[in-house]
Amino acid sequence: MIKLDEMQKRLLEEVADLHTIPEGAYNIRSNGQSAARQSTANIEIVSKTDVSGLEVHIKPGTRNESVHIPVVMTQSGLKELVYNDFYVGEDADVVIVAGCGIDNCGNSDSEHDGIHRFFVGKNAKVKYVEKHYGSGNGKGKRILNPGTEVYQEEGSVVEMEMVQIKGVDDTTRTTTAKLAAGARLTVRERLMTHGEQRAISSYVVTLDGKDAVADVVSRSVARDTSYQKFEAKIVGNAPSRGHTECDSIIMDQGRILAVPALEANDLDAALVHEAAIGKIAGEQLIKLMTLGLTEQEAEEQIINGFLR
Amino acid sequence: MLEMKNVSFGVLADGSDKEIVRGVNLTIPDGKLIVITGPNGGGKSTLAKLIAGIEVPTDGKILLDGEDITGMSVTERARHGIGFAFQQPVKFKGIRVLDLIRIAAGKRLSVADACEYLSAVGLCARDYVDREVNASLSGGELKRIEIATVLARHPRLAVFDEPEAGIDLWSFQNLIAVFEHLRKTISDGSIMIISHQERILNIADEIIVLKDGALQARGTKEEVLPLLGSVVATMGECYSTERRKGETQA
Ligand SMILES: Nc1ncnc2c1ncn2[C@@H]1O[C@H](COP(=O)(O)OP(=O)(O)O)[C@@H](O)[C@H]1O
Ligand SMILES: [Mg+2]
Repeated sequence: MIKLDEMQKRLLEEVADLHTIPEGAYNIRSNGQSAARQSTANIEIVSKTDVSGLEVHIKPGTRNESVHIPVVMTQSGLKELVYNDFYVGEDADVVIVAGCGIDNCGNSDSEHDGIHRFFVGKNAKVKYVEKHYGSGNGKGKRILNPGTEVYQEEGSVVEMEMVQIKGVDDTTRTTTAKLAAGARLTVRERLMTHGEQRAISSYVVTLDGKDAVADVVSRSVARDTSYQKFEAKIVGNAPSRGHTECDSIIMDQGRILAVPALEANDLDAALVHEAAIGKIAGEQLIKLMTLGLTEQEAEEQIINGFLR
Repeated sequence: MLEMKNVSFGVLADGSDKEIVRGVNLTIPDGKLIVITGPNGGGKSTLAKLIAGIEVPTDGKILLDGEDITGMSVTERARHGIGFAFQQPVKFKGIRVLDLIRIAAGKRLSVADACEYLSAVGLCARDYVDREVNASLSGGELKRIEIATVLARHPRLAVFDEPEAGIDLWSFQNLIAVFEHLRKTISDGSIMIISHQERILNIADEIIVLKDGALQARGTKEEVLPLLGSVVATMGECYSTERRKGETQA
């Protein structure tokens, strides 16, 4: 096992709320290598042989266990492409925490591209949390391009929480999901961009089975001269329900493009989208100022609440 | 004590000057509850915003305990002890009732302490602390939370703009109790309520009638209530239905 330095530990805290080695199964990837790994009786983590990455096998019926697979990068100029596959057995109920923290103090770009695939068995339940964080004041960019594919069998439930609040210069996130009968997917995305950052997030959710339900909600804030693009498409191929919502605050010279899309291929597919972009409402600032906050403090409170 | 000296507020509307508040002279002494009433569009809310610093007078001065606060920002005035409950409460996505009460109190109140303020305005606190201050709350609920935020500030001057709006009859009784309690505990400060409600007029130490931006009448309820008839006439149905409601409650 490789020892983590202070910076690596701090990144781990940011992306996985980890202060020590987690309980349950885990793999900590640091600067392109596995720094620590543990499987459990029910959850097996093995390295892929053909490409860089992991296979995580979760036995059917595994309950109340967690898998942590954080990635930290502190070496400037490192670029990696990783494939992680999760096989979640029938009736399992697990929490999977991924996340990537990059500290780049150097002048070359650091980039982590992770492709995560989830094969979720019948009636299994997965809560997936993915946090991104960047720090360091080098000229080199911190780039993260996560790709997520979710395949849900009948009656499975997947809850995804995607958070990127600070320090990532460039990100293109693509998420696709296919839901069989009775499967449910909820996505909560929280995104904030600063400076000249750029973030693109796109979702394509396909409701293939009867009574499949998807709810994709993104809240984002674009500050300074940053740019965001949010695309969400829900396709209803069966009697099913889909909802997507993109709610954004722009500040300074921030720019946002929201492109919601719905496609109904079944008469009983009920699909809804909502999108709203605007600056912070003046009356919200004034109300908090009458409670004694400065304009800046008021702004912070409004944004913290919004991204909660 | 709050003093307004010859305060005017004008805006440029359709290329011409429009005076919304005209040369108002007004004193709100400590320990007193003053009610401002008058027809819709008379300038009452604007007067309250001038006190809170949300609007800046085009003429005149505003003094708090003798200190000129005319040039102070909204934040500074809040920190000097001016509390203001909006006529239309503001909604926030993601900010919880508990967060708002804590912001108002200026410290990390315990949940139990925050609940006290909510109970005071008749909200069953446990059901509300974790709710977001958003459109999922009813108008009356938002209105009561708005009042609770002002109570949590312990202001030297508390200004309430039409606090009765959207509040049902049962809660109305509580609301009156809240103001009477506040008057007892705010001996080094004062209360200004903008209202059309006769039962709020009834608890006033002094009533001020504002019409077309100017003070029309002022005095004790014994002096002003009889005069209100003539002012009321120009207010039309709105006021008289409020009166009738008040009468059936009594
Ligand atoms: N900033 C403003 N610009 C233009 N007109 C305004 C502004 N603020 C208030 N008014 C107008 O001034 C009048 C008084 O409004 P308000 O103070 O809200 O009255 P009240 O609270 O007594 O009903 C109304 O006709 C309103 O439309
Ligand atoms: Mg008004």
